[in-house]
Order: sequence, then C-alpha cells, then structure tokens
Amino acid sequence: MSIRERLSGNEAVATAMKQINPDVVAAFPITPSTEIPQYFSSFVANGQVDTEFVAVESEHSAMSACIGASAAGARAMTATSSNGMSLMWEMLYIAASSRLPIVLNLVNRTVSGPLNIHNDHSDAMGARDAGWIQLFSETNQEAYDNAIMAVRIAEHKDVRLPVMVCQDGFITSHAIENIELIEDDKVKAFVGEYKAPWSLLDPAHPVACGPLDLQHFHYAHKRQQAEAMRNAKKVILEVSKEFEQMTGRKYELLEKYMMDDAEVAVVVLNSTAGTAKYVVNALRAKGIKAGLVKPRVFRPFPVEEIADALKNCKAVAVMDKADSLNAAGGPLFTETASAMLVRGVTGPKVINYIYGLGGTDVRTDDIETVYNRLLDIASTGNVGEVYNYLGI
Amino acid sequence: MAYNLKEYAKKPERLAPGHRMCAGCGAPPVIRAVLRGLHPEDHAVITSATGCLEVCTYIYPYTAWEDSFIHTAFENSGATCSGVEAAYEALKKKGHLPSDKDVKFLAFGGDGGTYDIGFQSMSGALERGHDMVYFCYDNEAYMNTGVQRSSATPKYADTTTTPAGSVRPGKLQFRKDLTRVMVEHHLPYVAQTACFGNFSDITTKAEKAIYTKGPCFVNCLAPCPTGWKYNSADLMLVNKLAVETRFWPLYEVVDGKYTITYTPKETVPVSEFLKLQNRFKHLFKPGNEHLIEEIQADVDRRWEELVKLSNIE
Repeated sequence: MSIRERLSGNEAVATAMKQINPDVVAAFPITPSTEIPQYFSSFVANGQVDTEFVAVESEHSAMSACIGASAAGARAMTATSSNGMSLMWEMLYIAASSRLPIVLNLVNRTVSGPLNIHNDHSDAMGARDAGWIQLFSETNQEAYDNAIMAVRIAEHKDVRLPVMVCQDGFITSHAIENIELIEDDKVKAFVGEYKAPWSLLDPAHPVACGPLDLQHFHYAHKRQQAEAMRNAKKVILEVSKEFEQMTGRKYELLEKYMMDDAEVAVVVLNSTAGTAKYVVNALRAKGIKAGLVKPRVFRPFPVEEIADALKNCKAVAVMDKADSLNAAGGPLFTETASAMLVRGVTGPKVINYIYGLGGTDVRTDDIETVYNRLLDIASTGNVGEVYNYLGI
Repeated sequence: MAYNLKEYAKKPERLAPGHRMCAGCGAPPVIRAVLRGLHPEDHAVITSATGCLEVCTYIYPYTAWEDSFIHTAFENSGATCSGVEAAYEALKKKGHLPSDKDVKFLAFGGDGGTYDIGFQSMSGALERGHDMVYFCYDNEAYMNTGVQRSSATPKYADTTTTPAGSVRPGKLQFRKDLTRVMVEHHLPYVAQTACFGNFSDITTKAEKAIYTKGPCFVNCLAPCPTGWKYNSADLMLVNKLAVETRFWPLYEVVDGKYTITYTPKETVPVSEFLKLQNRFKHLFKPGNEHLIEEIQADVDRRWEELVKLSNIE
C-alpha cells in the first residue's frame, strides 16, 4: 500500500532522493531549494542513506562534482534554483555533451536581476538549449513522481542525458500538500541498480572523458546528442507507463484538461496550471468550452502532441513565466507557435501572455481575463496585440 | 623505495609519447615525474583543467593518458576530482568496487586554472578533505591563450596583457605565493618542487603526496619556452637556475612543519635566472638596474621568511 503523507515540495523531492539512495549528492544552498540538501544531509547524518554528500563551495562545483561522480559510474544528483543554476550554466552543457545521466532538482526561481527570491521560470528557460531533459511539475506529487522517473529516463541506454525536474519555488516547494508516497522497496526496484556503461574507476578499462573535440568529431557528437534527445520522447512515455502500472498515476508528455471540445485554451507550465484548471471548471459551468494544455516535458519539446492538442481551438493563449526579451514573446509561446506551424495547424489564433515574473501573484481572476480575451478573439477574429504582459 | 633515477625511470610510462606539447615545455617532465610517484599496481584517475596540458594530451580520438582521465572545464579540476573521489568512496562502501584495489586521485591545473579561475574550486575540494592531490604545473602566465599575465606571473615579466612598454616595465605586481596559501589550509602535506637535478625532489614529493591520506597540494614549476622566451634546449638550465637563485625554493610542509628540501650552496644572483628569458629582456637595458635589484630584494625576503618558518620547531 502506498503511504499517505503531507509534505512540502522540497520534502517530497528529498524523500524521493532518500528512496533512490544515490551514490553522490553534491549541492550548494540557494533559496528556495536549500531545504533539499538540508533534508538530505539529515538522511546522511542519520544513516538513512549511504550516499556521499559533498557540501561543495559553489553550484559550479556542485555540477562539476556531479559530472566527476557520474563519469566514475556513480548515480549523482543535485538541487538548485535561479542564480545557482546560472553559475552551473557552463557545466550543464558539459554534463549533457558527456552523456552523463545526472538528475538536477530545479526549484524554479527568477534569475537576477533585479534580485528576487520568488518564482518564475527564467532559470529553467535560460538553460533550455543546454541539452538537458526538462520535466515540469504542477504539484508536490508530480515533483516527487518526476524525481523518481527522472532516474530511469536519464540512465536509459538510448538516452543517457541529464534530467532537470522543475517545480515552482515557494508555491509548491514550501507549500505542504497531501501526497501519496511509494514504498521504499518499490522505488528501489523501480529505479534499479545503476550499471554505468563505462567508469573512470575501472582499472581494467581505463577511459578518457572530456576531450578537445575538434571540427567533424564535435559535429558528429552533437548529432548523437540530438538523436538521444529525440529518443527521450519514447523513453519518457515507456517509463511513465511503467510508473502508472505501479502507482496508477498517469503521465504523458503533456496533460490535456478539458481539451476534447475546447474552443479556447491556455498553455501553461507548473503550478499555474492548477489555478487555470479552477478557471476552466468555472467557465465550463457557464457552458464555455474552455480547456488547458500543461506540458510536462519541455525538453524534448512535444511538437506533434502540442500541435495536435490545440488544432481544433479557435484561440489559444500561451502563458510564459519567463520572457525571452526578444520583443516578440516568451519561450513557451515561440516554441508552441512554431510547433503548430510546422505541423500545419494554422486555424487557431495564438497570443502570448508573460505573467507572474519574480513571483508576482497570479489569481484566478487574472487567468479569467486571459480566457475572456480568447473568447473575444474567437468571436471577432480580431487578434490584436500578440505579445502581452498580464496585469501590468 | 629510496629514490634512484635509474630505477624510477624503468617504471612504465603513464603519459605516452605522441602528445603535442611544445619542445622545451616544462610541463611534460613535471607530469611524468609526478606519475613516477605512483606505485605501478595502483590505478589513477587524473583530472585536468582546460589548458595546454589538456588540449595537447587528449585530442579526440587520441589520449596520451594510460590511466583514466577526465577534463570538464577550466576552473574546476579540483571540484571534478572531488566528485570522482566521492563516487569512489560511495561505490566502495556499497561493495560495488573491489576493496583491495587502490585508486589514486590526481588533479592537474596550470597556474591559470589553479591560482586564478580555479582557485575556489581547488581550495574548496582540499578543505573538504577529499583523498586527492592537487598538482599545479606553474608556468607563470596563461600560456594556452597566448601568454597573458596571471597572479603567478613574476613582477616585471613581459606578457601580452602586461607588455613591457615605454612607460610600464611589464607586470607591476609581485606573484601570489600560492604554496604558502595552501599551507594555511592545514593540509597534511604541501610541497613546492621543480624538475631539478635527478628529479628526486619532484618524484619523492609526488609519491609522498599521493600516498599521504587526505588532501594534499604540490606546486611544480613548469617553464614555458614560448611565454618565458628561452631557448627550448635550455629547459633544465632554466629549472636549475630558478632553484639555485632561490627564485623558486624547494620545500615541503608536513602537518604544518616547514622543511627546505634543497639549500643552494652558493648565492647565485636572480639575474642569472632572468637573463635566460626574453620576457625579462627589458630589465637588462641600461637604467633598469633598480628593477632587477627590486626583484632580488623580494627573492631574498621570501627566502629569509622560509628559513625562519623552517626553523620553527
């Protein structure tokens, strides 16, 4: 029987890490993810895990140590937020290109500046081209579930890429919610024992990792990396299916909420999807055909799935909790719009709302204004401004 | 075993020939002398900062390293090595590695990757107590990018970011004394060495560092023919004069106790070392005698300090 608990998002992720019992965790504190290494340190101190916890002197060193550990055949993990991941940025690319299955729990917080400790997605979006698989989590439960599935996805032989598990800073990381935990032995069996295909620690087979990789070798290696990211879509679905068989909780590349007959839809990541679902319910009660698409996976980007989910809508608003500052729209918007175009989905009118930067509260009535705008576009056909800031 | 160059030279090479370091470069002799400190039966994992050493020894698909090797970036040889060592501890504890086979962890970095951009990463890794040795091959400037000054560059050296011009006579600051900084980390073993004489000093210190439990640091002088502008054939002479002029004293610090491991028998003026190198050529122009005197005074002061420290019981 699964275990009913009440945990914050940080506790949930730390609990997943305890159950996974990785070989090495290297981390540096930063709000709002600090609690994850704190909880984990207490598991180490109390002998609940036999992980080597490396309390590094910076996030750059956290990712460097994870890379070293992973190349040594260890299962390695870390957690960070915001500027912490900015400092890791160089090493994110190196982890991915070295094809090391590291798991990073990213508690999303805005990247300075100005300095602000609250939630938006500028940290994750800033790293979207680093070659990491990116999973997003609406709730504490999803953060916990994704943290467990991430291990399997990262280590799969057809993937061998690092995975970033995102959740919203404070909104889920510090809010206590009901959660269903999986029994320790089941998690252990699900993630299995990590058998690295090569290791720095094998005296019989010395290896070299991290070469100067000139012109055509570099290009070939990047091509392989791109192929691994394409393979990840299938592997994510397979692992999710297996997870569903164990827990009954279904995960796909994206979640479609009331989309079967939706005429207006919002696309949004992480916890705001929960707020938006409430609005969808309220609109549906009034007979309005509103729906919601919540991508769970941002990398690899679910091009076919998102285009297919939106193809019958009249108007779509993509909501971005990060701006590309390109004077045209946020990253989720531009990728969604391009996915629709390349899949030949040109019927729906598409607009973008930047919202909630630096943790600015987004309430149900704010989201309702977005749906009202979509209803207006749907009835008049008049799109107006495509690139909008919500409530400001 | 007691040091005997002939015997040590019979050990299998752990840095294979065919790497692309320059003729007359001081780094490969340093690396090979350090690796001769390893016992043949032990496996080593070597990390390297980005720099000449890395880009000349591991160009895909060729590696010169007989042991396992990892390079990740410029400023993190220390942190990368610490992660490998942590993995070793974890996997050994979980019974996933043979417990009888010893693996040694050696991190390399140039002075750029050690004194400057990688200082934090190295300092952090050694403070945390990982069982590893950090070896700096100090060539006194950022040589891989074309001879820019570092905090290891000696005063008045001509570099591409401190060019000797009509107003400024090269770098205006004295070099950082990194070995002393590392002593203050209270590590079990810290040493400063060079490829000197029969290589006894460097290999003995490397062996001690590698086989001392805990975090150790060894700073190795590694002259650079393109940056220091000496005749490639004079590498060993440059090394010798660095030591004989007391510009680069050889010493070790075991559990905080300083020992000078070589005391020059004669007083050789630092100008003998400087004049072999065209990076100091401008100092020998008439009217610049006071600049050499200033360097000499600094060399003397640092040597006297070292003597005082080595006399503390």
